[in-house]
Amino acid sequence: MTTTATKKQLHRIDLIFNNDDDCKEILRNALSRSDQEIVNEMVNSGLKGRGGAGFPTGLKWKLTAESKEKEKYVICNADEGEPGTFKDREILTRVPHKVLSGMAMCAKIIGAQKGYIYLRGEYKFLVPDLKKELRKFHDILDELGLDFRVEIFLGSGAYICGEESALIESMEGKRGEPRNKPPFPSVNGFKGKPTVVNNVETLAHSYTILKFGAKKFRDLGVKDSRGSKVFSVSGDTPIPGIYELELGMTVQDFVDDFGDGDCKAVQVGGASGFLVPRKRFAKTTIGYEGKLTGISLPTGGSMMIFNSSRSMYNVLNNYLEFFEEESCGQCTPCRVGCQQLLKGIKAVKRGEKPTSYLDQLLKLTETMKLTAKCGLGQSVANSFSSIVENFREEMIY
Amino acid sequence: MSNMVNLTINGIAVSVEENKTILEAAKHLHIKIPTLCYHKDLCVAGNCRVCVVEQVGNHKLVASCATPVAEGMEINTNTLKVRNCRKHIIELLLTEHREECTKCYRNGHCELQALSAEYQITNQDFIDLVPDKNYTVDRLSPAIEKDDSKCIRCQRCVRTCAEIQSVGAIAVAHKGSEMKISTFFDRSLDEVVCTNCGQCIVHCPTGALTEKSYVEKVWDALADPDIHVIVQTAPAVRVGLGEELGLGLGTRVTGKMVSALKRLGFDSVLDTNFTADLTIMEEGTELLTRLKRALVDDDPEVALPMATSCSPGWVKYIEHKYPEYLPNLSTCKSPQQMFGALAKTYYAKNVNVAPENIISVSIMPCTAKKFEANRPEMKDSGYKDVDFVLTTRELAVMIRQAGIEFEKLNDESFDSIMGVGSGAGAIFGATGGVMEAALRTAYEIVTGREVPFENLEIIPVRGLEGVKEVTIKIEGTVEAWNFLEGVELKCAITNGLENAHQLLEVIKKGDKFYHFIEIMACPGGCLGGGGQPFPVDNEIRMQRMNALYEEDRNLPIRKSHENPEIVQIYKEFLDEPLSHKSHKLLHTSYVKREQY
Repeated sequence: MTTTATKKQLHRIDLIFNNDDDCKEILRNALSRSDQEIVNEMVNSGLKGRGGAGFPTGLKWKLTAESKEKEKYVICNADEGEPGTFKDREILTRVPHKVLSGMAMCAKIIGAQKGYIYLRGEYKFLVPDLKKELRKFHDILDELGLDFRVEIFLGSGAYICGEESALIESMEGKRGEPRNKPPFPSVNGFKGKPTVVNNVETLAHSYTILKFGAKKFRDLGVKDSRGSKVFSVSGDTPIPGIYELELGMTVQDFVDDFGDGDCKAVQVGGASGFLVPRKRFAKTTIGYEGKLTGISLPTGGSMMIFNSSRSMYNVLNNYLEFFEEESCGQCTPCRVGCQQLLKGIKAVKRGEKPTSYLDQLLKLTETMKLTAKCGLGQSVANSFSSIVENFREEMIY
Repeated sequence: MSNMVNLTINGIAVSVEENKTILEAAKHLHIKIPTLCYHKDLCVAGNCRVCVVEQVGNHKLVASCATPVAEGMEINTNTLKVRNCRKHIIELLLTEHREECTKCYRNGHCELQALSAEYQITNQDFIDLVPDKNYTVDRLSPAIEKDDSKCIRCQRCVRTCAEIQSVGAIAVAHKGSEMKISTFFDRSLDEVVCTNCGQCIVHCPTGALTEKSYVEKVWDALADPDIHVIVQTAPAVRVGLGEELGLGLGTRVTGKMVSALKRLGFDSVLDTNFTADLTIMEEGTELLTRLKRALVDDDPEVALPMATSCSPGWVKYIEHKYPEYLPNLSTCKSPQQMFGALAKTYYAKNVNVAPENIISVSIMPCTAKKFEANRPEMKDSGYKDVDFVLTTRELAVMIRQAGIEFEKLNDESFDSIMGVGSGAGAIFGATGGVMEAALRTAYEIVTGREVPFENLEIIPVRGLEGVKEVTIKIEGTVEAWNFLEGVELKCAITNGLENAHQLLEVIKKGDKFYHFIEIMACPGGCLGGGGQPFPVDNEIRMQRMNALYEEDRNLPIRKSHENPEIVQIYKEFLDEPLSHKSHKLLHTSYVKREQY
């Protein structure tokens, strides 16, 4: 699926998809080292969650390992539902053993005997191949003497189940609704037990770190955004597809490489991410620099390119229709807020509400950001405010 | 001793136990944080977000109901940011909510309305979402109405139905803008596993769930000069009605209630406590008969433990969920229905009024009683035994409409016949009360002596605990009951259907054996019923409970079998407990129902 680019400006990395079939060796080697050593390796690598939120992976493992509970779980989050993201599907298709190895290593360190792949319902077609892969992998674990088993759990198609606590609720047979936090899954996860939930790509990267060491990973990227990242490139680009690139690039570099020469904006991080207009291309980098400043943007991998033929009103309308339907409906700011935003921009467009109503909606998104129960409701403000603030005239005329 | 945590709220230092939430810590400082989805009876949901507060160092606001306190936390509950967000959230809720406050059943009792007033939501800039919603209103059930257009999706009803009642008749369906509180395949509450207990109503903050009102029908009957309208009042009503009419919690208003009912124009004001006493005679005898069959006749068919059948929510629950235990249910009708059957037979004959000209009304703390009165088998008098059932709240509505200054009324006495009740009848309104009343009578029948508890107060059966047990050793029996000599009578009492579920599972597994179990569907028993005033929590239930026991202590007769009207009705009409006539009028049968 990787498309060969015509012009090569950005450094293409080939760590994830390089199909080296050596997971038995890597695991055997890792098993000979102490848990502490491996955790340090993960922490030192600077790897952050690739689902988009960017929580330090080593720290997550460490926190869960510290719990004295006997029963613990590792869950691979393969509910890839962010609009414009399709990289986890590729990883699970092409290098599933890397993901499984990451899970096994995590299980060993935290002390889990059971792991699950929470697979997006729409990815059901992956199940037969994954099961084959699981059988092979379980044989390897038996050979290495590691008491760990992985099962596949099929989701039912709700976007919210990608949120880790909603995912856990769903696995417990309940409605997929986010929990109150704290407590976090590292303390109270699946069946109330300490649980690590990692994105597919995060687990695959942990394999790379085990194989090549933290340094090689850390040498890639910048400051707090280390390593490479798999991007799902879509929209107005001559070369859509999956690309593994070094973190820390500017949007300008990205557009120069992937745009069609008429790029007006890039949506970084899918519907829940930010829209970067042309005037900010050079000033914005892609990475996980902690607090959101607008200078560095995190992403689960979705990069949507829009050229000048695109109506940003339509783009926003499309995102809001998505959120209005995919909010779990539990908390007020998200459930009602999304409906108000969608109806609101339509009303402004039709002239039923004054243009100043957009400012009221911006204030509403601020409330949603501050008060929504989970990341879904909190992040609707990202696309809304970045689109409305940068393309206000398109919202009105 | 748990560890204490120090924090500040609005700059004031406070020290609370470590497992407390910010909301609870604020209460210590007498700082009120508004809530909607929060309810003391229920697990924390944290979904309405109205209780958000600012935590210094956290950019986002936190839900105070769901956030545990932490050492050194600095909380601000009343900043500009907090107020603006809360206002937004209330405004958002109002856009999904059909605003017809003046036409709403909960007008004046609505938590959303109160909050809207508190935050001065005077102009609404956001778009009204109601016209596009296709909200449905379910009015098919004889007991409960559900109006989705009033729902704020706080899920208090859902948690109530699942956690307190273990019924799960209502649940969340769909997501996003379509998210709603629904039933199995969105059927009417009349067609699903709903027990009509009404706990969802007393836990609902708005007018989304209400009882089906029969106030107008009763006014119509009262206005008809050709109709003889009689009314019976359940024990728990007299300790709840005062709350609704501005008197303090747990005020006993029996005399004022009778006085008000007479002013409303009822031709005869009678007491369900009378048939509570009658229930004891019938049910007590039924229990002793079952024990004889088990102990003397070695009859393998006899179903023990025998379970009480006074609570129609419990009866419907067992019909749906444990039909295999239907033989264990006492065949006695509830006091309401015994009263109804006698009203149009015994009473009618006594006052010389044709039964077809009698309308029999009952005032109940309960919504399931509305369903019970409508059960097809409840026509043993040849007519509908109980015509209309009003809740405590509905009676308060009538009293207000009639312009009666309730708190100024003098006490009056019930009419007769069927107007005398014992203290044992009065405590039927509390969990453990039926058990206590039954033991007071049964023990005395069997031994010729009073129950061996000081002042007849069987303390172990009292209180709000989920499952209570009492074992009474029967000694010194009179001749007719010699077979019970030395028997340890094992009894259990539960309140709330989740507790009933737990008890039945224990019995099913064979872990415990009981002879007699008392089950009331609502927490605290009838005094915490679905027809009682808003709001409710355990403190309020305790106040009502104390009042009921006070009522018992203050009555001249405290044992059902000593009620002179009970003696009279057996002499003049029923002959003896479990007689042919009793069976026809006072006993009933049950049906197996589906699980959805």
